[in-house]
Amino acid sequence: MSRLPTALWIGATLSGVFLIAALISLVWVPHAVDGVAIANRLQPPSPAHWLGTDQLGRDLLSMLMVGAQTSLAVAVIAVGIGVALGVPLGLAAAANRGGLLDEVIMRGNDLIFAFPSLVIAILITARYGPSASNAILAIGIFNIPVFARVARGAALPLWTLDYILAARTAGKGKIRISAEHILPNIMNLLIVQATIQFSLGILAEAALSYVGLGAQPPIPSWGRMLAEAQTMIYTHPMLAVLPGLAIVLMVLGLNLMGDGLRDLLDPRLRRGRA
Amino acid sequence: MIALDHLSLSIHGTPILRDVSLDLAPGEIMGLVGESGSGKSMTALAIMGLLPQGARATGAIRLDGADLLTQSEAQLCAMRGNQIGMIFQEPMTALNPVQTIGDQVAETLIIHGKANRAEAQRIARDRLDRVGLSQIALARFPHELSGGQRQRACIAAAIARNPRLLIADEPTTALDVTTQAQILDLLKSLVTNEGMALLLITHDLAVVADMADRIGVMQSGQIVEMGPTAHVLAERRHPYTAALFAASSHRPNRTAQPAPEPLLRVANVIRSYPGPRRGLRRGPAVAAVNDVSFTLHKGESLGLVGESGCGKSTLTRAILGLDPVQGGDIQIFGQSIVPRMPAALRAGIQVVFQDPYGSFNPRWRVEKIVAEPFHLLANAPQGRARRDRVAEALSAVRLSPGDMVKYPHEFSGGQRQRIAIARALITRPKILVLDEAVSALDVSVRARILDLLAALQGELGLSYLFISHDLTVVRAITDRVLVIQAGQIVEEGPTAQVFDAPQHPYTRQLITAAPRLPDLERAHI
Repeated sequence: MSRLPTALWIGATLSGVFLIAALISLVWVPHAVDGVAIANRLQPPSPAHWLGTDQLGRDLLSMLMVGAQTSLAVAVIAVGIGVALGVPLGLAAAANRGGLLDEVIMRGNDLIFAFPSLVIAILITARYGPSASNAILAIGIFNIPVFARVARGAALPLWTLDYILAARTAGKGKIRISAEHILPNIMNLLIVQATIQFSLGILAEAALSYVGLGAQPPIPSWGRMLAEAQTMIYTHPMLAVLPGLAIVLMVLGLNLMGDGLRDLLDPRLRRGRA
Repeated sequence: MIALDHLSLSIHGTPILRDVSLDLAPGEIMGLVGESGSGKSMTALAIMGLLPQGARATGAIRLDGADLLTQSEAQLCAMRGNQIGMIFQEPMTALNPVQTIGDQVAETLIIHGKANRAEAQRIARDRLDRVGLSQIALARFPHELSGGQRQRACIAAAIARNPRLLIADEPTTALDVTTQAQILDLLKSLVTNEGMALLLITHDLAVVADMADRIGVMQSGQIVEMGPTAHVLAERRHPYTAALFAASSHRPNRTAQPAPEPLLRVANVIRSYPGPRRGLRRGPAVAAVNDVSFTLHKGESLGLVGESGCGKSTLTRAILGLDPVQGGDIQIFGQSIVPRMPAALRAGIQVVFQDPYGSFNPRWRVEKIVAEPFHLLANAPQGRARRDRVAEALSAVRLSPGDMVKYPHEFSGGQRQRIAIARALITRPKILVLDEAVSALDVSVRARILDLLAALQGELGLSYLFISHDLTVVRAITDRVLVIQAGQIVEEGPTAQVFDAPQHPYTRQLITAAPRLPDLERAHI
């Protein structure tokens, strides 16, 4: 572990900055973000407002910090849903390869895959109304088949290995073998997939908020900041550039981190680099 | 024609080859023998100019006077395939699965701009006929061919441009004995008829004994002995050659005496797989094991011999209670073996697999690995008692109890196979199934593991079911042998009797095909 990949460093630093901003915003922000102060609207950057204010006079830096919190929370929980349901399903499918359970799980996955998260979100919103938690649910449901497929694909070749046969001759059942032997050996792939899904989750949250299906006012969100800045893009471009930049940097950071982690965790690539 | 002159090679500063010198004339076969890690394959890759990154070579590799080490990549590309062809060990991965056989043979011709597509296809046809694949259409894909046919296709691709030197790196190691004999014959006829030089790299002394004009013995990156085959094998001047020779025909000293007490009884067992899907229906079931019966007695070593696809592995999995049988019955200690059999019964029959690298969870320490079968025992020892039992098992296989804190990758192939034996012994079983347990090991390591197995059998009164395709090994360690072909037992009897006077034509074919070391004690006088 003496030399970490450069991509991992850059990615972790970028993501770390946003994570710290989000954590700080939990206890302190430069200015409250739920107050409207029309007198202060559309101010340029100043010592009081480092990045200026928006059309309602809210501090942009504070909005971005709380927005990071929204994005991260949505992405973390959505990835959590995907991992918690998708990985066990994938492991079960691999353990029963070619069986009825495998068929049912994988065809169910195909069904979910057929609906993009945006469509799922519109369906949920149409039924339950727009909110951050419904956005989480929509993105989370979309993550389930992703993790199920990765887990199944990585587990299948392991099931043919001799140490799995040895565990079976030691009388261990499918569930126990999946937990003791399979899961730890596919963990690196799952971690890498999680960082990728995390960045996709942030993009999806931004997209859902942009079309008004995500976090509702007054909760700040990068996607809605973009939507609200749209009409003023020629007069006050910073209003759109800043949340846009935040999304780009965050997603870039997570993707770089995913790439770096893959290089670090995959012994074959490690050997190739040495 | 080609000459290596004091070739030394290091990769990232680690010396791999030291002062390797050899030369080959047209129509000559040079055998390069050695165990894994001795530098045989690196020598071949150096000649091809295919060394891995970070490799530094000194000395010279001369092809008709030109030093290949100083040539540019473009010059080497023009030479590869054109002047020198190469065949690899694994015919399953040496061919591109999504390209037709014809295209892959023709590829070399088109790359070197020596033929247009139609002409290349014509030559490809000719080469495939030459290697005995005249019945195979050019449009066939690799997965439609058997292992031996694929290796022939690889040879056809390697000789497409009539190279003057052919390098064969363990060309028959992945093949069955009968197929091996055919491939070796083919290589030999290519050398005689086309005047090629052949560099045959192998770990198997018996293979080169039949084939090579001269032998070079490699150890730790050096050629320790070189000379005409008959001289090297008869005189064995270098101690390593002598050790290799002794290990190849090693017979462990067996003390165990079989008792007439049946432990494992296999009666009329049928194992079949669902037939291929035809539309919505399935075709008739395919029987992998068909009406097999035998008995394993206490303290006995029973060999199960057959080529790949004969049903050995399928039968093994049924005997271990991993798969259900479709007919007949398997009993140990008078109780039936089924996938849902009681754990205590499973503890009485344990297994050692072939692959010393795939046999362990790479993230587990040896202690946890060896203790895994304790899962079968209702009152398995815990804590200190558990560690003591693991230590005892490690000592039994001549490893140090201190090894239990290490991970599998810290051990060599032979040591790993010892760990696998320790794991199999931890529940104190009566029967050990050895599924090609020594097939992946170097000869000297194999000899030591065979000694260990023989000793353990004497100490613990174990019964072995020894499954292997390697006749030499089966002959060395078993009392009785069963020959299995296409899922059926075609011959059985005491090992010596079956080997010395085989009755069934298939057994005879197997025994003739197996390469043997010449009986040089007599020849030498």
